[in-house]
Amino acid sequence: MSQAKTEFLERSKTFWNPGKTQDWIDMGVDLVIDRREGYHLYDMDGRRLIDLHLNGGTYNLGHRHPELVEVLKAGTERFDMGNHHFPALARTALAEALQAVAPGPNFKYTAYGSGGGEAIDIALKTARHAAQKKKIVSIVKAYHGHTGLAVKTGDDRFSKLFLSEDAQGEFVQVPFNDLNAMEDALRGRDVAAVIMETIPATYGFPMPEVGYLPAVKKLCEKYDAFYIADEVQTGLMRTGEMWGCTKYGVEPDIMVTGKGISGGMYPIACVLISERCGGWLSEDGFGHISTMGGAELGCIVAMKTLEIIQRPEVRTMVQYIGDYLRAGLDDIMVQFPDFFIGIRQHGVIMGLEFNHEQGAKPVMKHLYENGVWAIFSTLDPRVLQFKPGLLLSQADAEDVLRRVAIAVELARDEVMGSRRRTY
Amino acid sequence: MDQALYNSLVDISDSPAARAGKADLMLDRARWAATVFDRYDRAATMAIVDAVAEAAHAMAGEMATKAVEETGFGVAEHKKLKNELTARPLVEHYRDQDFVNSRIDDARKIVEIPRPAGVIFALTPSTNPVATLNYKILLAMMTRNAIVISPHPAARAVSIEAATALARAAEAAGAPSGAIQILETPSIPLVEAFMTSPKTNVILATGGTPMVRAAYSSSNPAIGVGPGNAPVFVDATADIGAAAQAIVASKSFDNSILCTNESVLITVPEVENQLRMALKSAGAYLCTDEETAALRRFLFHPRGFNVEAIGRDATWIAQECNIRVPANTRILVTPITQIGVEERLSKEKLCPVLALHVAKTRTQALSQARAVLRLTGAGHSAAIHARDEAVIMDYAALVEAYRVVVNAPCSQGAAGFATNLAPTFTIGTGFFGRSSIGENVGPQHLVHWTRIAYNADRKVPFGNFQGVGRAFRGQLPTAPADGVPGTAPPRFAAPTPAPSAASSLDAATKDELRRLIAAELRDLLRK
Ligand SMILES: Cc1ncc(COP(=O)(O)O)c(C=O)c1O
Repeated sequence: MSQAKTEFLERSKTFWNPGKTQDWIDMGVDLVIDRREGYHLYDMDGRRLIDLHLNGGTYNLGHRHPELVEVLKAGTERFDMGNHHFPALARTALAEALQAVAPGPNFKYTAYGSGGGEAIDIALKTARHAAQKKKIVSIVKAYHGHTGLAVKTGDDRFSKLFLSEDAQGEFVQVPFNDLNAMEDALRGRDVAAVIMETIPATYGFPMPEVGYLPAVKKLCEKYDAFYIADEVQTGLMRTGEMWGCTKYGVEPDIMVTGKGISGGMYPIACVLISERCGGWLSEDGFGHISTMGGAELGCIVAMKTLEIIQRPEVRTMVQYIGDYLRAGLDDIMVQFPDFFIGIRQHGVIMGLEFNHEQGAKPVMKHLYENGVWAIFSTLDPRVLQFKPGLLLSQADAEDVLRRVAIAVELARDEVMGSRRRTY
Repeated sequence: MDQALYNSLVDISDSPAARAGKADLMLDRARWAATVFDRYDRAATMAIVDAVAEAAHAMAGEMATKAVEETGFGVAEHKKLKNELTARPLVEHYRDQDFVNSRIDDARKIVEIPRPAGVIFALTPSTNPVATLNYKILLAMMTRNAIVISPHPAARAVSIEAATALARAAEAAGAPSGAIQILETPSIPLVEAFMTSPKTNVILATGGTPMVRAAYSSSNPAIGVGPGNAPVFVDATADIGAAAQAIVASKSFDNSILCTNESVLITVPEVENQLRMALKSAGAYLCTDEETAALRRFLFHPRGFNVEAIGRDATWIAQECNIRVPANTRILVTPITQIGVEERLSKEKLCPVLALHVAKTRTQALSQARAVLRLTGAGHSAAIHARDEAVIMDYAALVEAYRVVVNAPCSQGAAGFATNLAPTFTIGTGFFGRSSIGENVGPQHLVHWTRIAYNADRKVPFGNFQGVGRAFRGQLPTAPADGVPGTAPPRFAAPTPAPSAASSLDAATKDELRRLIAAELRDLLRK
């Protein structure tokens, strides 16, 4: 580590976040991201990493995608964040563009947050208003963000810390892929909404069983609850379709998109709201106020992001990247059957499963040392989140596989003990 | 997709970033396709080639008509013929050549493995839009390359329709998606973005000189070819009647839109009259000096050749110049006394107008033929009608052309359709014509070979490579979309995981475990 980096990390601990700074160092990841371009990150000491974390799809199109940089620059010639109280050119234009690609014909409005958590809060408030009920059902180990309501839908590790856990029994959690538990939670008809990550990301992408999500939607209909799809990580073409929920045959009542919609260039998150749920927007349009929500520069970038993502070439790219990486990962898995035990995949959403309670961490560390940045799943550290971008080049994909094979072997030897190499 | 929905407030579609983005996306997709294509064996490759050829053949007539409608160039019936020639016969010409498997040379102790170029960026002209497109796409498919076509804007619609149909046929026959793509909004700056992109492996440029020069200036490997301006020499030893028939047939073929068409007819006084008579009876109209002057004015504007005249009928051109010709006139012949910069009619004419020059002697005729190509068309084509092999040899060795067609129509002959030259729509103009290739461009130019070379010493034995082929794994298996009904199941049974040491631990000890592992990792890191 360079002197400069050592000094910087000290400053990071002093002024920013001592715990987080130290945790990464402890995990063997002394990363300080400096330059970034396409799917490449450069550590402040100059080391290159291929980014397979992408902050959950924020960098779907790569870091600083030239067209997004261009549109943002051009946008500043005319726009700033705008005045959130007034009808705004860019907010309306993006809402119109989103309606055109919404996962169903019933979507009508878009409300804006400045980040995913806020958008989730808006979605939950919207459902409560429309249902005139309070209860929210979510999935055990779900992750919807850390704002006031969103944090209550997730793992209590994050709410308890701040004495912010649900105390009124308004937030119920049921295990994923468990329809009985879901029905039990809904049976009382006192639930406003079920909120679902289409594939729970921070939980390591356990995949919905065939028929699970549509059945949840049916249960919602049966018991008068709304279905909120959190498409923050599964939307925007990552499954090979615009929205993951569409692939599973679900038309939600409310949908949240974040991360990637910003192109990684200007913060924004969006709540798509069906006509049925959008009553508050007429009743009291000032009901949710957010100065930076839907900042107009963010809208400008988001529209370009949507346009790029819908180009026909992107669909083929996603297919190639998913198929190619899967074929290569299958080959690697065969070599280390006692350690690398599974792949969860839908498009370029992938989770690599390791046969050790914390197995993804050493893999992450060795990948890091071998030039690839992919992060373990906070809520299931057996699983490495493996999230290639939509536009990953063939050369980078091939290079990723080469590096993964090396890192998995090193991690395996570290965790399970060296076995075959007998030098 | 309605662009207005996305661009209404801030439109960057005309920025360098947008052009580079467009190029990157198509070329990256092509690169993926090429990577997968490289896994295909010869049978899978030829199945695709044949499917594309059949599709091209089936729509030859329809595309010919549409090309004439859109561009106004040429004769639909002749275009149909060319569209057909660049389908099945093109494939047949190369059927026995193998660009997929390695080849063994026991004598030289060398094994050669074909390595496709990868991503071809190909320009197609307005003059022969569909034939050139067929030809380039089939060359790419034969060699397992991906190709991005950039059509001439004047033939955009028909090119898009044809390329889309061929891409569909290719994919239906198993080609990787994106192996054939077409740029739907070609513009000069966008074409430049493709040509200069490091993601382009080779540029196949056919078209105007500026485009070809731009291809060579792009910093990428390029196969670009120059314009033609074929001299045709009718020697005193020629069968004059047959020569006239061939020349008129060639000049009128698709109204001279092939760059291999005869441009200046040169002959000697001994046979001048006989040749004039023969031309007339073959359907040529011989112009007077005034008519020639009118044609000169009409065809050559100060800025260059009148594009209005390209590929038009002889009778239409005559009418535009107020020249009264018989209705069955196939070509117009304009006598000229000079060749060179002072006589514009000695330049290339992509229309059925043929200049006629009578040299004093055979020697002068040859020197005039050289002058024609010095003016323009160097390295391209020439033709001769003669019976004396020595004359043919003199002529061929003298003119700066890389193909000299003998006693046959040059339009078709130089392009490999009435001779045994390779059928092509890219005529290599070689070093004379500022090009990297001097022969008719074919699939062999889109593949390089990795050569396994053994020690030449006789005492060192050569390996036995019979039956040692590389693995062709074919199409990529489709990755599963877990949880979506009917998607691919796992391709092998994952071994049942041995219960992990930690899995039985209860939640209470998890924090402890976390600490342990963090400590473990810290340790490992220090090692
Ligand atoms: C599925 C999902 N929803 C919501 C969020 C919250 O988004 P943000 O961090 O922008 O508040 C995240 C962030 O990781 C997420 O993964």
